[in-house]
Amino acid sequence: MRQYESRRIIISAIFLIVGIIFLVRLFFVQVIDSQYKLDATNNVLRTIVKYPARGLIYDRNGTLLVYNEAAYDLMVVPKVIDEDFDTTGFCVLLEMTKDGFDERFNRAKNYSRYKASIFEKEISARSYAKIQEQLFNYPGFFVQTRTLRTYPKQTAAHMVGYVGEANPKIIEKDSYYKSGDYIGISGIEKHYEKVLRGKRGQEVQMVDVFNRPKGKFQDGAFDTTAVSGSNLKLTIDADLQSYGEKLMQNKKGSIVAIDPSTGEILTLISMPTYDPNLLVGRQRSKNYGKLSQDTLKPLFNRALMAAYPPGSTFKSINALIGLQEEVLTPSILYSCYRGYSFGGRKMGCHQHRSPVNLEFSIQISCNAYYCNVFRSIIDHYPTVEKGYNVWRTYVTNFGLGKKTGIDLPNELSGFVPKTDYYDRYYLKGKWHSTTILSLAIGQGELGFTPMQMANMVTAIANRGYYITPHIAKEINGQSITSFDSTIIRNETGIEAKYFNEVVEAMYKVVEKGTGTSAKIDSLQVCGKTGTVQNPHGDDHSTFIAFAPKDNPKIALSVYVENGYWGSRWAAPIAGLLIEQYLRDTITRPHIEKRMLEGNLIGTVPKITSNEGK
Amino acid sequence: MRGSKSLIDNIDWITVGLYLLLVLAGWLNIYAAVYNEEFESIFDTTQRYGKQLLWIGTAGIIATVILLIDERFFSTFGYFIYGFILSALVAVLLVGAATKGATSWFAIGGFKVQPSEFSKFATNLALAKYLSTLNIRMTDLKTKLTAVAIIGVPAILILLQNDTGSALVYGAFILVLFREGLSGNFLLIGLVSAFLFVITLIFQNDLYHFPFEIEITGGWMLIFVLAVLLSLVYYFNRKKKQVLLFVTVIFIASSGLVKSVDYVFNNILEPHQSKRINVMLGIESDPFGAGYNVNQSLIAIGSGGFFGKGYLKGTQTKYDFVPEQSTDFIFCTIGEEWGFIGSFVVITLFMALLLRILFLCSRQRSAFARIYGYGAAVIFFFHFTINIGMTIGLAPVIGIPLPFFSYGGSSLWAFTILLFVFIKMDADRLEVL
Repeated sequence: MRQYESRRIIISAIFLIVGIIFLVRLFFVQVIDSQYKLDATNNVLRTIVKYPARGLIYDRNGTLLVYNEAAYDLMVVPKVIDEDFDTTGFCVLLEMTKDGFDERFNRAKNYSRYKASIFEKEISARSYAKIQEQLFNYPGFFVQTRTLRTYPKQTAAHMVGYVGEANPKIIEKDSYYKSGDYIGISGIEKHYEKVLRGKRGQEVQMVDVFNRPKGKFQDGAFDTTAVSGSNLKLTIDADLQSYGEKLMQNKKGSIVAIDPSTGEILTLISMPTYDPNLLVGRQRSKNYGKLSQDTLKPLFNRALMAAYPPGSTFKSINALIGLQEEVLTPSILYSCYRGYSFGGRKMGCHQHRSPVNLEFSIQISCNAYYCNVFRSIIDHYPTVEKGYNVWRTYVTNFGLGKKTGIDLPNELSGFVPKTDYYDRYYLKGKWHSTTILSLAIGQGELGFTPMQMANMVTAIANRGYYITPHIAKEINGQSITSFDSTIIRNETGIEAKYFNEVVEAMYKVVEKGTGTSAKIDSLQVCGKTGTVQNPHGDDHSTFIAFAPKDNPKIALSVYVENGYWGSRWAAPIAGLLIEQYLRDTITRPHIEKRMLEGNLIGTVPKITSNEGK
Repeated sequence: MRGSKSLIDNIDWITVGLYLLLVLAGWLNIYAAVYNEEFESIFDTTQRYGKQLLWIGTAGIIATVILLIDERFFSTFGYFIYGFILSALVAVLLVGAATKGATSWFAIGGFKVQPSEFSKFATNLALAKYLSTLNIRMTDLKTKLTAVAIIGVPAILILLQNDTGSALVYGAFILVLFREGLSGNFLLIGLVSAFLFVITLIFQNDLYHFPFEIEITGGWMLIFVLAVLLSLVYYFNRKKKQVLLFVTVIFIASSGLVKSVDYVFNNILEPHQSKRINVMLGIESDPFGAGYNVNQSLIAIGSGGFFGKGYLKGTQTKYDFVPEQSTDFIFCTIGEEWGFIGSFVVITLFMALLLRILFLCSRQRSAFARIYGYGAAVIFFFHFTINIGMTIGLAPVIGIPLPFFSYGGSSLWAFTILLFVFIKMDADRLEVL
């Protein structure tokens, strides 16, 4: 068989060809194609995110408002679950149905059979304690610790806001966030997100095919520790906030109280409110859906986002502008015969003594008086535009019609029309001081938020200026004013002596005018009632106040929707709050009782008594 | 003349050296594949690398014994050994232990022996003995049928054990027959059939649309293309004798093959086997199912890069991403930890061993030794091709070990016997008349 010796060449060639094909293939796979190296990294490296504890939030007295409670995400690696897995027992442990189990399990399996994914989110510490004892019976399941916000005082929901998981849109916009991160969605949580969130840490682990950790990657060279968020101390007085919310129960409206000397917000109430704990954890989306469909709009922050006309409370501002413009003196008298007639029309007023001077006009809230004042301000200038612009500048100097700059998101600017608004509406040159006369009594186009109104009172209480209102007092023990340059003193451009005239009048309002229901023994409370005309239903009851008259400690605005006259709801509530804050006692329990029991969410009882306007 | 001095002089130490290198590399890589910080000693016999060391030691004893046995023992007892192994294969079917769906083990005490590993050696011995008989001509039909029977009987018995991979190895003997004078047409027919098989699988599920709403399935489309091609062959060779007959036979045979592939694939092969073939051919993509092994194997090898991650630093193999990594997928550890350099060295070592055996075959005076040598070479070659081929996605996943590397006593012993019997034959070649 020697004759076939040449076939050795063919067989050798077959061997060599296979060897060469292998080497070419290996060169391609090992040297040229980098995809396999990436896949290998994905296989073996797990970045374990170390979530930082979010900063705690305290009130001005150090009462804890928001803290973190541990919650647990139950994770699953689907591949580890085999047919021996005790599904029934597991479902009992987790209190879920077999269908619920299958649904979650399939979702995890669709994500990856080999990588861990969330099976059940945000299990509370209490439920976890039970699960933990038995979890070792169920290989393939493990827990990852998270923290959830908890609100022990169950108050100030709108102001504190809530956190949620960063959605894809946020992640795209800000590269800091990754899927699974929490982010402040509203309120303080949103505005001070960067302060509160802290810094995420990470640990790069090597894992085996069952996702079991096998040690640190490169001895932890890529690991970082999580840095907790800074703690925040608010200017809010939690007790006052809770008390205000209680007084406002079963009513719609808002209360904003400010410490005039510092611009620190003492309460920021929007009613109806909700328990902030509802928007935490697994129940969040269900509860959010419920709240957002509630016709009373509990999620809507009226304090910052609802614009109401100021009503008669605005008369004080018109008086101040008139005095500064020197078209008004405290002694000027205007007569009022149940209203103010002009060009065949009449702005009505209620029955009172006439003629009226400045003090009495505020005390009894005379409409005719302010029609005269307003007209004399505007008509003092050669054109209505010029006069109007001067007036408008004073108004905006009180922080009205523009954002107050409070450190909370979604603040409404409010509305004071510009001249071009009237030019469009009435045509240029076709409007006069009488056309816009409703501005004299705080009606018409004006729209201010309760926040702006409280700020306006602050300027009156301070006799001419306000400090930019703010809600954060200290960050990690350091005063906010030391690094927030937006907190400044804002001047109204009206001299203090004129303020004294108006303040005296506002004192009389409470002492013996329309606001006596806010009167507190041996406390000099200044205030002004208002009744806001409401085209959609019953008028809104409003009251602005500050106390004490000298060296005021608190200034506030109260809106009670559909509450009719300012004296009926807003003024007593303001009085109770002032007394609570300054005295820490309530001397008029019968008024408190009436406020607590008042229900304006259903039908409003008809007004029969001669309560002031 | 037969002193131990001359034996040492006559042994081909190059082959022995290549063997030792491969076995040593295999052992080190098994250590790396099952490396565990808790059992760091490479000599720990509770671990696979420790056990493999025991196998290597006993394999050394076996090799020494073989070298001391008279070479004529193997030719004299060739059929006896073959018969003994055949009965062992039958016995294992009756009393054997099943592992992973294959009934191929004898469990004797704590040991497990796999007769199918040794039957390759026995079959090679019997085939060599038969083909080296005087006046045997490969062209005779009787010779062909007898040779096929010698190869086929153990292959069928192993197939009955449900160990398709080991059975396929026997197909490699066609190269020995070819070397001994089998017409090259058989090799060619084998290659063309395999090609048609693959092509048919790829196209069988396609539908081709033609005008007048005529739809043709992939199988019929292939037959149509074959008809056109063969008509052209006939047209250009029409003046030669018997061309029409030749072309017609080829057409009928290949059409039959194409149409039967569907049947074989769907009715004869097990579902997991057809799936593996489909995945390898890229017809199906299933990275977490049938394709998982190959995908992870490619990731491990590919992530090794040019220089590798370093010994014991392979993450993919160490953390069990690659299944069966100390047995069938041992090449992944080499590829990941030693990189392209390591792969290159291993492939070169195998090539050197194979070509060295072929070289030694050429210098044999006896046909028995030469045929045996070729048989050993093609068995090593087949294992090498399928095993490494499957780890890099060039061959279907057929669980057969990489000679000298894969963990396992039976396979190491069997490959050692297979090789050292030939080394012994070569050492004694001058004494053959």
